Amino acid sequence: MFPDIRPALVISRREVRDQFRDWRIIIPILLLTLFFPALMNFTAHKIVGFVERYGAPLIGDRLIPFLLMVVGFFPISVTLVIALESFVGEKERLSIEPLLASPLEDWQLYLGKLIAATTPPLIASYMGIGVYLVGVYRQVGWVPEWMLLMQIIALTTSQALMMVSGAVVVSSQTTSVRAANLLASFIIIPVAFLIQWESMVMFWGQYDILWWTIFGILIVTGLLVRMGVAHFNREELLGREMDALNLRWSWKVFLRHFLGESRSVSGWYRHQVLPSLRNLKLPLVLMAFLLVGAVFIGMDQAKYFVIPSEALRLERLHEGLLTLQLDLRLFATEGIVLVWLVNLRAVLIASLVGFFSFGVVGVVLMMIPLMMVGYFMANLALAGIPPLTFLAAFVLPHGILEIPAAVLVGAAIMRLGAQFVTPGRQYTIGEIWLRSLADCMKITVGLAFPILLASAILEVILTPRIALLLLQP
Amino acid sequence: MGVMVRAENLGKQFDDFWALRDVNLEVRAGEVLALLGPNGAGKTTTVRILTSILRPTRGSAQVGGYDVIVQPHKVREIVGVLTEHHGLYGRMPADEYLDFFAQIYGLEVPERQRRVQDLLALFNLRDVAQERISEFSKGMRQKLSLARALIHSPPVLLLDEPTSAMDPESARLVREAIQELRSTDRAIVICTHNLAEAEELADRIAIIRKGNIIADGSLTELKRQFLGLPEYEVVLGNPLDGYVPELPCGVSITAQGPNWLRFSTLNPKEDNPILVRNLMEHGLPVVELREVLHSLEKVYLQVMNASVNREGGNVS
Repeated sequence: MFPDIRPALVISRREVRDQFRDWRIIIPILLLTLFFPALMNFTAHKIVGFVERYGAPLIGDRLIPFLLMVVGFFPISVTLVIALESFVGEKERLSIEPLLASPLEDWQLYLGKLIAATTPPLIASYMGIGVYLVGVYRQVGWVPEWMLLMQIIALTTSQALMMVSGAVVVSSQTTSVRAANLLASFIIIPVAFLIQWESMVMFWGQYDILWWTIFGILIVTGLLVRMGVAHFNREELLGREMDALNLRWSWKVFLRHFLGESRSVSGWYRHQVLPSLRNLKLPLVLMAFLLVGAVFIGMDQAKYFVIPSEALRLERLHEGLLTLQLDLRLFATEGIVLVWLVNLRAVLIASLVGFFSFGVVGVVLMMIPLMMVGYFMANLALAGIPPLTFLAAFVLPHGILEIPAAVLVGAAIMRLGAQFVTPGRQYTIGEIWLRSLADCMKITVGLAFPILLASAILEVILTPRIALLLLQP
Repeated sequence: MGVMVRAENLGKQFDDFWALRDVNLEVRAGEVLALLGPNGAGKTTTVRILTSILRPTRGSAQVGGYDVIVQPHKVREIVGVLTEHHGLYGRMPADEYLDFFAQIYGLEVPERQRRVQDLLALFNLRDVAQERISEFSKGMRQKLSLARALIHSPPVLLLDEPTSAMDPESARLVREAIQELRSTDRAIVICTHNLAEAEELADRIAIIRKGNIIADGSLTELKRQFLGLPEYEVVLGNPLDGYVPELPCGVSITAQGPNWLRFSTLNPKEDNPILVRNLMEHGLPVVELREVLHSLEKVYLQVMNASVNREGGNVS
C-alpha cells in the first residue's frame, strides 16, 4: 500500500558512509560546524559591544539572529558539492550502470541520492547552530525565542532541500561533473538573491515573513523534485555523451512548435493558437481565481500600510491626473505606443522569470497590479472615497481588456511551469523546455499582444476622460 | 527447456546511428550463448536492452518471460549483469559492497550474509573481504563484479567481457566459475572477443556485426555452415605412390601428401570404415585416422569475411 522506501535508504546509507570516508568532505563540514560558529560568536560579541558604545543596540539585536541564519546556511552550501556529482559523478566513475541495472525504481534511486546529499550537511548545520547558540549565550547571554529558532531551523532545512533538489536535477541531466559545476550557477544565483532577501527580512525584524519565505521555498523544492523524477531517464543518463548548446537546433525546435505547419496568419490562429487556448481551460480558471485573490490580498495590506487621507483627496487625485496627462501624453498616439510597450515589457518579463521558476514568479508578477488595485481601493475606502469610483475611473475602462489579457498570460505561464514537471519521456528536458516556451508564446503573441494594444488605446484615450469626469472635485 | 531470453527484430537508434539493426536471439534455460563481434558491433547495446536500461527503437525482447519495455522492473529482478566496466566503489570494502547490492536486490539478513560469504569464497576473495576495493588488482575487481552479478542467484546472466584484463590464472578461475554456474534453469549470455573462451564455454555462438546477427548456432553447426563438411585425415604406413582410393559416394579428397590424405564426408560413421577397408585391401596400412579440427577463429573469420564480401570489402 505504501511505497517501499527501504531501497532508497540503502542507497543513502551507502553514500553517507562513503562521504564520511572522504576527508575532502569531512574537513570542510567540521570546520563549518565548529570553527565558523565560533568565529561568528566572536564577531557578534565584538559588534554588539561596538554598537552599544555608540547607542545603537538595535543593530546588535538584529545582528545576532542574522548570524544565526548565516551559521545555519554555510554548512548546507556543501550539499551543492555532493548533490551536483550524485548522478553524473557516478557516471564518470562508471559505477552507475550496475545501479541502473538493478530493480530499483527511478524514484527510489532519486530519493536515495537526495537524502544522501542532504543529510550530512544538514546535521552539520544543526550542530553549527547549536555551537553558535551556546557561544552567544555564554558571551552576551542571548537566548532566541522559540519561534525564531524554529524559523531558522525550518529555513535552513528547506533551503538545503531546495538546493539539493536543484543540484540533483542538474546532476541527472548533465554529461560530466564539469558541466554540472558550470550549471550550478542556475542554483547559486537564485539562492544568493534569496539570502539577500532573508538578510533584509532579518534586519528589518519582520520575522513572520520568514514563514512565507519557507512556504515559497518548499513549493519550489516540491516542483524541483517532481521535475527531477519526471525527467529521470536511465537511458539518457547512461547514453548521453555531449551537451553542447546547439542554438540552431533550439531555434528550429522552438519555431517548429510555435508555427506548426501553418502557412498563413489565419491558419496559425486556427491550428496553433486555438488548440493551445483549449489546453488552457484549467489554468485560466485558476488564474482568474488568483487575480481575484490578489485584489483581496492588496485590500488586506491596506490595514498595515495606510496612505494618509490628505494624499487621497479628490482634488489631489484630479491634479495628479492632469500632471500624468502631460507626462504620459495621454490622448496621443505616442501615449498608446508607450503604454503598450510598457505592458509588453511586463508580460515578457513575467514569461521570462516564469520560464526559470516553474511559472511561480511569473504568475506572482501578473498578480501584483491587481494587488495594487485592491490596496488603493481599500485605502480610498478608509479615506471616505467610494472605491467603486476609483475602479470605474482608473481600472475598468481599459481593464475590461487588460485583465483578461493578464489572465491569459498568467495561465500560459502557469501551464509552462506545469509542463516542466510533467513526465514526457519521449523528449529531452531541453526539448520540453522549448516546446513549453513555444506554447506560452503562442498565447502571448497571438492573443495577449493584440488585446493589450486595444487596451492601451482605451487606457490612453478613454480612461483619462472618464477619470477626469468622475474625479471632478 | 523454456526460452529465457528472446529478442525479435531488435533495433536501436541513437540520433542518426543504428547501433542495432535487426537482432534475433533465443537463449534457453541451461544454455550458454556467446555473443561474438568486433568493437561497436552492438554487443553492449544488446545487453543494455536486455537489462531494460535502454529502450529498443523497434522490435521486442523478453527476459524470463517479462517484456523489457512493459515490465522493466521484473526483468531487472531476474537478471544478473556483469557490465562492461567494473562499476565498483573504490572506498568500500568488498564484503560491504556485495552486502549493499544484496540489500538492493531485497535479500534478507541471513541469506544476504550467506550469499556474500559464499561468493567471496567462490572467487577466492575471502582474505581481502575487508580491504578497500581501490586496492584490488584488475582481476580481483572483475571477480568482485562477477560476484555482484550473482548476488541474487539470477536465472539469467548477462556477462559483458567476463575475463577481460585478467591474468591467465584468474581468467581460468572465472571460466570455471561460469562452468559451475551452468544449470538447467539458468541462461547465460557471454559477450566476448575471446574466441577460445567462447569455444570452451558456449553451447551456442551468435556473431554480431554492425548491429545484425550474421551467424547463430552451435559450433558444429557453424563449422558445417561456413567451413563445409567435416574433414578427416588418414595417415598411412606406406606411401600412396599415385594410388587413388575408391571413394564411397559423398566423399571427396580435399588434400593429399606422400603418405596421408584428407577427405570430407557427410556421413563419417558409414564412410570412414569403407575407406579404411579399401586402403587396407590395397596394402596401405592405416596408422591414424582423426578429424581435422577447425578453430572457432577460422569460423569467425569466415563468417566476417562472408559478411564483408556481401558489402564488397575484406577482412584479413
